[in-house]
Order: sequence, then C-alpha cells, then structure tokens
Amino acid sequence: MDPKVVADTLWVLITAMLVFFMNLGFACVESGFCRSKNAVNILSKNFVVFAISTIGFWWLGFGLMFGNGSPFWGSEGLWILGGADNSPATADAYQGAYGSLNWTGVPLLAKFFFQLVFCGTAATIVSGAVAERIKYFSFIVFSLLITAVIYPVVGHWIWGGGWLASKGFLDFAGSTQVHSIGGWAALAGILVLGPRIGKYNKDGTPNAIPGHNLSLGLIGCFVLWLGWFGFNPGSTMAADVEAISRICVTTNTAAAFAIATATITSVLLLGKPDLGMTINGCLAGLVAITAPCAFVSVQSSAIIGALAGVIVVFSVIMFDKLHVDDPVGALSVHLVNGVFGTLCVGLFAESQWMPNKANGLFFGGGVTQLGAQALGVVSAAAAVFTLSLVAWLAIKAIMGVRVSVQEEIQGLDIGEHGNSAYPDFVVRKTLPVSAGAFAASPAPTKG
Amino acid sequence: MAETLYAPGRPETGGRSGVATMKKIEAIIRPEKLDEVRKAIEDVGYPGITITEAEGHGKQKGITQQWRGETYRVEFLPKVKLELVVSDADVERIIKAIISSAKTGAVGDGKIFVSDIREVVKIRTGERGESAI
Repeated sequence: MDPKVVADTLWVLITAMLVFFMNLGFACVESGFCRSKNAVNILSKNFVVFAISTIGFWWLGFGLMFGNGSPFWGSEGLWILGGADNSPATADAYQGAYGSLNWTGVPLLAKFFFQLVFCGTAATIVSGAVAERIKYFSFIVFSLLITAVIYPVVGHWIWGGGWLASKGFLDFAGSTQVHSIGGWAALAGILVLGPRIGKYNKDGTPNAIPGHNLSLGLIGCFVLWLGWFGFNPGSTMAADVEAISRICVTTNTAAAFAIATATITSVLLLGKPDLGMTINGCLAGLVAITAPCAFVSVQSSAIIGALAGVIVVFSVIMFDKLHVDDPVGALSVHLVNGVFGTLCVGLFAESQWMPNKANGLFFGGGVTQLGAQALGVVSAAAAVFTLSLVAWLAIKAIMGVRVSVQEEIQGLDIGEHGNSAYPDFVVRKTLPVSAGAFAASPAPTKG
Repeated sequence: MAETLYAPGRPETGGRSGVATMKKIEAIIRPEKLDEVRKAIEDVGYPGITITEAEGHGKQKGITQQWRGETYRVEFLPKVKLELVVSDADVERIIKAIISSAKTGAVGDGKIFVSDIREVVKIRTGERGESAI
C-alpha cells in the first residue's frame, strides 16, 4: 500500500473522529446554557441528532452532495453510497460516481465518514437555538430533512463541484457550508417557534434566563475547541505536513484572540467578563477562521479572531433586542460569524496558499474573491433559509412544532421524555467561610 | 419565682403555669459566619442548636447578576438561621456572643429574634421544662 494513502487515510479518519467528538461539546454547551428542567431534552436532541445524520447522510445526503450530476445537485450514486468508485485513485485515474472528491487519495468510506461528521455538526447547531420549547419528534424530522436534503444540496454547490464552486467561491472547512447553513436553518426554526415563555416582558424588554451549569458549558467549549483541530486541519483530507501545521495554528490563534476580545468587549459593554459570553467568543473565533484557515497567515488569523470576539458580543445583544430568542447564542456564533469568516477569505487570503492563486482585498487582490464570497453567502442564505422555513412550517402544520404552555413551564424533560436530569441529585451547599475564621497566614519558613 | 417553676427535677410542673422562663433565640446570620458563631456560643455554653439554610433579604434587598448580556435580580440572598432554646439567664450571654462573632459592620449581617418558650419536652425521656433543653 502506498504510504501516502496510509498517512492520508489515518489523518482523515482521526480528524473525523475529533469532529465526531464535537457532538459531546455541543451537548455540554447547550445543556449547560439551558435550565435543568430541560437538560434531558437537550442531551437527547444532541444524542439522537448524530444518529439521524448518519441515517440521512448515508441514505441520500452523500449522493446528493458529492454524486456527479448537475451544477445544482448530484444524481449519480445517489442512494446509500451505491455509486461506482475506485478510490483511493485520484484525479483522472479516479473513475466513479463521486468525482468531486477525486482530489483526496483515501478510500470512499473515509471520505464518507469525514463528510458525515461535518453534516452532523450543521444539524446539531440547530438544536441549541430551538431549545427549551421544541417538540422532540418535530426536531428529529427536521434533522432528517436538513441532513438528507438541505445540507447536501447546498453542499453540492460548494464542495460537490456545483455552481458556486465554479464561481470561485471558497469555504475551506465550512464557515458557510457547516456553520451558516446550521445557523440559517436555526433562524428559520426560531422564527416559526417564537421566544420562550418568560423571555420577554409585556413592554418588550428581554429577561435573562440563566443556564443551569456553566461548568458543563466550559467543558463543552473545550471539547469543541479540541474538535476544531480535526475540523479545520482535517479538511486538507491529506497529511500535508506544512498545511496541517499552519491550519492548526491559525485555528488556535483565532480562538485565543476571540476569547481575549470577547472578554474585553464584555467588560466594556456589560461591566464584567461574563463567562457565557466569553465561551461564545471562543466559538465565534473558531467559526470565523473555519473558511479562511488554510488561505491566511497566522497574523491574519489573529485579526479575524479578534474581530469575531467583538462581533459575537454585539450580536448576542442584538438578537435579544430583536426578540429572536436563541438560548445558547447559536446564531451569533455560527450564523453571524460563519458569514463573517466566509467574507474574510475575500479580505485576508494570500495567493501562496490559494488554489486559484488569488489575493484577498487586503493583499492587493481587489474585490474579485470578496465578490465570489459574498455571492456564496447570499445564495446559501437564500436557499437554506427558504428551504428550512418551508420545512419548519410543514412540520408545524402536520405534527406541531412547539410543546404546550404547561409542558414548557414544567420543563420538557418530564413532558417529552418522562425523565428528570437530576432526580436524586441533592446539592449540599458548602457554606462559605469568612477570612476571620482562619488564623493569620503563618510567615513562610525555610524548610 | 420563675427559676424554681422550671427547675430540674420538677418536670411535672412544666408548661401548665403559662409562665415562660425559657427563650428561643433565632439568629439570621451570614452563611460564612456560621463556624465563628458556633465557636463563640460554644465558649459561653449552649444546650443545643438547630440550623437551617435560609434565603432572604432585609432593607438592602437583593443583588444584581448577569447572564450573557442581560442582568437579573437575585432578591433572596443565602443566609443561615440558628435556633437555640435557652434559660432566661443565658440569653444575654448568647446574644452578645452571636453579635461579637457574626458582625462585619456591613449591611446584611442579619438579625436576632428572642421569643418566649412555654414548654420544652425531651422526646427520649419525657422530661419537661428547663431540664429538657
């Protein structure tokens, strides 16, 4: 076996496994940011959504996205990976139904598994935004629609050799393909659902609805950050040592700068470095660097991350004021920064790393790439938002989308699942101890 | 007079006269002061104590917290309530001990309430009155 195929396949599978682990990160962030009475429901959604993604993407999604076909959708090898394939042959040597992935020299099932975990990520973004009020089975039906149809169709335009790819649109690891698609679908869901009971007062002012466990929230954030080292560097789909090292560092640098600027913005705007907000900051930086991670320098990634950390704080406050009730900040993180990150390719890209050798606006390349990026942002938005809105409205008409008022107040854990997340979890408060209870600290002694 | 009514060894008289010779001291204190208060009253002696984790506020009201861009009020702050039933003669010592140990000088130090107790019964022995406390 060709050692390059071995190395590439190992790299693709291991990074795919890291991205799979992000399901846990989403489950932790989302359940931690919501109230304990809805914890079982949120954990269940994050659990089942990967099962649904696997079924939907295997059944139809992969073929629709990567099968040879028109510029708008794939049609060859449509069902259950059934097309002809001679992977890991590449380029002209590849003969099969999934020609748009002929640039990576790994077996078909490695390509499938890597693409599947990305599709699962887009679907799981929706979960947090619609939390604390959506019917469990309505969410499952939407998850099947997004993973089998909506994500793959737009994915065909972007990564499946479709019309957006032909226009020069570039989205290396999915600021648009994964994060904005998840975000637009989530926005449509939020608009159909309406805000949670108690979120807005009669005069329209928003209330805080604090989450129940910030420890869980931060565990989730770190799990996602770790997963991103699979998400971005893995999108090379090859063990290209120079590229994966640089992408790893651009990814991390953007997250670090975003945490720093989200902290500063939170202090200036809100008075304190709100942890929920700085966690959103970290994720915003990671989303923003996802599209440009391979095309920009480490210095540029710092600027992109720094801007993302500021944008996310203003965005959370803006959505709150607009009565778009997003319990976990999914829109601010994935939608807003997915758009921002996608545009950053047109601003910060440097020709030495670009497949089409184009420079971004800030590196003397003019607005050509920026125009292609904007076209991608707008068309993905229009398609995903419209398809999702239709899907949500159909689900609402057929099976209902929102739980009863009584169930929402009692919590979805009992109503949807008959479970309670913490049935015999008794908190024994450790009483705080005042400084006066202790003797003065002894002087340090040499010993 | 009162001292003899509830004197140890005469449980049969307890409660019937309606003359209170025992007091309940209820003190609402800062949770972080519990250890110090307990040590202080131990030094002056006390028969027994019950504590309850409580929540509440005085004239200063609650505090403001924030969650992802929105502020919200926490109106009830964590407190600890101590309850002791003691002989009249011990009341002032214990009050002094609680004040000296629970006081920080800032708002939120809490309050002490003293009320009459008409009867005490020890469940294990059936003793009544002061000998039961």
